[in-house]
Amino acid sequence: MTWVNSVVQGMLLGGQYALIACGLSLAFGVMRIVNLAHGDLAVCGAYLGLVLSSALGVPVWVTLPLLLPAAFAVGVALQWLLFGRALRRGVLAPVLVTFGLSVMIENLLQVGATSDPRGLNGGSLALASFHLGSLVVSWLFMTAFLTACAVLTCLQLALSRTSWGRKVRATADDLDTARLVGIKVQPVFASVAGVAVATAALAGVFIGTIGTFDPLAGTNTLIFAFEAVVIGGIGSLWGTLAGGLALGVTQVVVGQINQDYAVLAVHLLFLAVLTVRPGGLFTSSHAIREIGAQGAAG
Amino acid sequence: MTAQVAVSRWSRTASGFTGVSLLVVAFLAAVPYVFGGPAEQPLITLLTFIALASMWNLLAGFSGLTSFGQQAYLGLGAYALYLIAEHGINPFAGIIPAAIAAAVISLPVAGLVLRLSGGYFAVATLVVAAVFQIAATLSPSVGGTTGVSLPGLAGYSDVLREALIYWATLAVAVVSVAGVYLLVRRTFGLDARAVSSDQVAAASAGVRVGRIRLLAYVVAAGLAGAVGALIALQTLYVEPTSVFSIQYSVDMLFMVLIGGVGTIEGPILGALVLFGLQETLSAYGAWYLVIVGGLAVGVTLIASRGIWGYASERLGWSFLPIGYQVGRES
Amino acid sequence: MRPLLEVQGLDVCYGDFQALFGISLTVEGGSALALVGANGAGKTTLLRSIAGAQATSSGLIRHEGTDITSAPPYQRVARGIALVPEGRKLFPSLTVEENIKVGASASASDAWPLTRIYDAFPLVARCRKRRASTLSGGEQQAVAIARALASGPSLLLLDEVSLGLAPRIVGELYQILAQLREAGATLVIVEQDLRRAMSACDSLVCLLEGRVALAAAVAEVSIDQVVAAYFGEVRS
Repeated sequence: MTWVNSVVQGMLLGGQYALIACGLSLAFGVMRIVNLAHGDLAVCGAYLGLVLSSALGVPVWVTLPLLLPAAFAVGVALQWLLFGRALRRGVLAPVLVTFGLSVMIENLLQVGATSDPRGLNGGSLALASFHLGSLVVSWLFMTAFLTACAVLTCLQLALSRTSWGRKVRATADDLDTARLVGIKVQPVFASVAGVAVATAALAGVFIGTIGTFDPLAGTNTLIFAFEAVVIGGIGSLWGTLAGGLALGVTQVVVGQINQDYAVLAVHLLFLAVLTVRPGGLFTSSHAIREIGAQGAAG
Repeated sequence: MTAQVAVSRWSRTASGFTGVSLLVVAFLAAVPYVFGGPAEQPLITLLTFIALASMWNLLAGFSGLTSFGQQAYLGLGAYALYLIAEHGINPFAGIIPAAIAAAVISLPVAGLVLRLSGGYFAVATLVVAAVFQIAATLSPSVGGTTGVSLPGLAGYSDVLREALIYWATLAVAVVSVAGVYLLVRRTFGLDARAVSSDQVAAASAGVRVGRIRLLAYVVAAGLAGAVGALIALQTLYVEPTSVFSIQYSVDMLFMVLIGGVGTIEGPILGALVLFGLQETLSAYGAWYLVIVGGLAVGVTLIASRGIWGYASERLGWSFLPIGYQVGRES
Repeated sequence: MRPLLEVQGLDVCYGDFQALFGISLTVEGGSALALVGANGAGKTTLLRSIAGAQATSSGLIRHEGTDITSAPPYQRVARGIALVPEGRKLFPSLTVEENIKVGASASASDAWPLTRIYDAFPLVARCRKRRASTLSGGEQQAVAIARALASGPSLLLLDEVSLGLAPRIVGELYQILAQLREAGATLVIVEQDLRRAMSACDSLVCLLEGRVALAAAVAEVSIDQVVAAYFGEVRS
């Protein structure tokens, strides 16, 4: 029975990974930028949640109406100040700039908040659990999972049904032609960056409530997010969900056998998918070219 | 009457510089005799920086491979040296085998990560470094989380050990700079820069993109392994968190960006700058890294050719030329 | 009456390479201009410069009297200038209908709503739900024109519409262009087929290596003169 429990817990965990990953996937699909500071921005979301919930004396959920728009604004600002400029400077620049940004964020957090691990006040939700047959499921995990699914669904609907979504997909397909047919590309980029950072911050809040966080947690968060995207496949939000689920289930199931090997197993799964099916499980065919079929040439 | 045009790959400045650098190397080799212990330590740090910067430039500057996971091979080289010393071999003799071990292990890894490029390649290298670190942590034979101390150096006095490490570091730094230079000039030629600026165009022009990236990755892994072995010799202790630290990548990124991507002279300049910054700002702890990160961002966006890039453009200098110059035949 | 489009002394450089040298031409409202020339003569560069997708080094572009030389593409689309690019360039992951809607969203004009486009292009209407990447060449070209029309342009620029298409399909496309002319649109057509270009248009500009080699009304010039300008032979 513990195996079923592990799989269920793993899936719930996987939902969180998908939430942190979807911003990365979107940003790459549309802007061709791999934001190496993405994990750190999620951690910033957790710290912001800490500051707001301490200052207002409420569980962190209450601060979300303030936190999420703030995170969106940060994304827009970063796009305008850094990413947009970096993209114009060639292929290497975005990687170098986002890595430099990651270093700055991690160390600014260390200066501001010390390296002690912190936790977020989840209120009564953090402690409650319910029974599903013979399984005990924490409400917090369930909420995290359902939120991830809800966010992904809303994003997918927005992309496929709205005028904004069409513009985003057109820009992702062909930037030059998108400009040509009169799409204002800067607002598209800015809104995508905003969504990416907002979803990262939301994921950070869940991570911070379920576990602890510290200034250096960003790199590992980035790695997990990235692995979820690659396993699931670029260019598909549902692929990202599948990737996240694969990560979560692997981590919990292996952890059941031997906790020390849990994270390693996840990395090895990623490397295995990279070997066998580098495009990921659900990639749209034209997106495979983007991540590096070039590397196979020659 | 049409002027005769000559295409040359060298210049008098370059000859002059090569002469000067040979003198500098000879001088540096004499330091332990002339100045002794106190001068060696900072120079070892500086020379290590130079070796690492030159290596990272080979990857990112000349082959378009932005790797933030070179610490994987640093750690690998350190642990390899430990295992070699464990088997009774003199650790100093083990530096080259450790480097070779790192290079050999990088081959299958290359088969995986070189399928990617750009940002995706970068994160994949982070994953590889994480895997190596976890593997070391889980291996009791190399001390797990606690680490191991390096055996086989009991017979050396501190003075002699330090001097030998100094010479070994000098040798690795020289090999790194000279090796990358010759590699880029001969084997890669202009191909490497074509690869780093536009892989698809380069491939369609017949450049063997895959071969260049593989060669660069393996050579860089070997160099990193050598540096890792040197670090083990210095600290006498090999422990996962420090030897696989991402800080090495942060340093390499900074040095190459500040100094000038895609030039041979640039990383040397960048190493000097980082060394200077570290000496002056180390008291400020995390702020030092904020500044380092900020400068890296600023340089990429504003002065993307680095200090050397600007200098050589303005002044027309090229101490270690890797391109072609067209001039009049005299 | 002031011309719809005026180009004066336009220079375009790609880094060190100069593609256009002092191009000057005018396009009257309601007319059709044929832009011809060998490959590499600068025709695509000129159209892209007019549409705003290509930066210019010097010179002037005026639309309805207003200087638009430094206006970004979205402003030009809003003003009524639309380009059907070389190679169609549809958005592959979007459906036909979504491609057209994207074209429409860039301008407030309602001259060509979706219903009118589907009436005029039954071919497009039939494949409206299909992904653009699954269409044939002729279908793609029709959709590309429809996408440009969706923004309700007064000036339509078409770059090599007949490239790679069977003659019958090209004939159908030119019938559509004739209908557009009747509806009052102004066209600039880049075309390799000189005879077709001359029969469909009122005036002609021939480019040679980035310069205007010949500019005349179609009625006043013979095809031999055009061919001579095309290849750079000097004839009186």
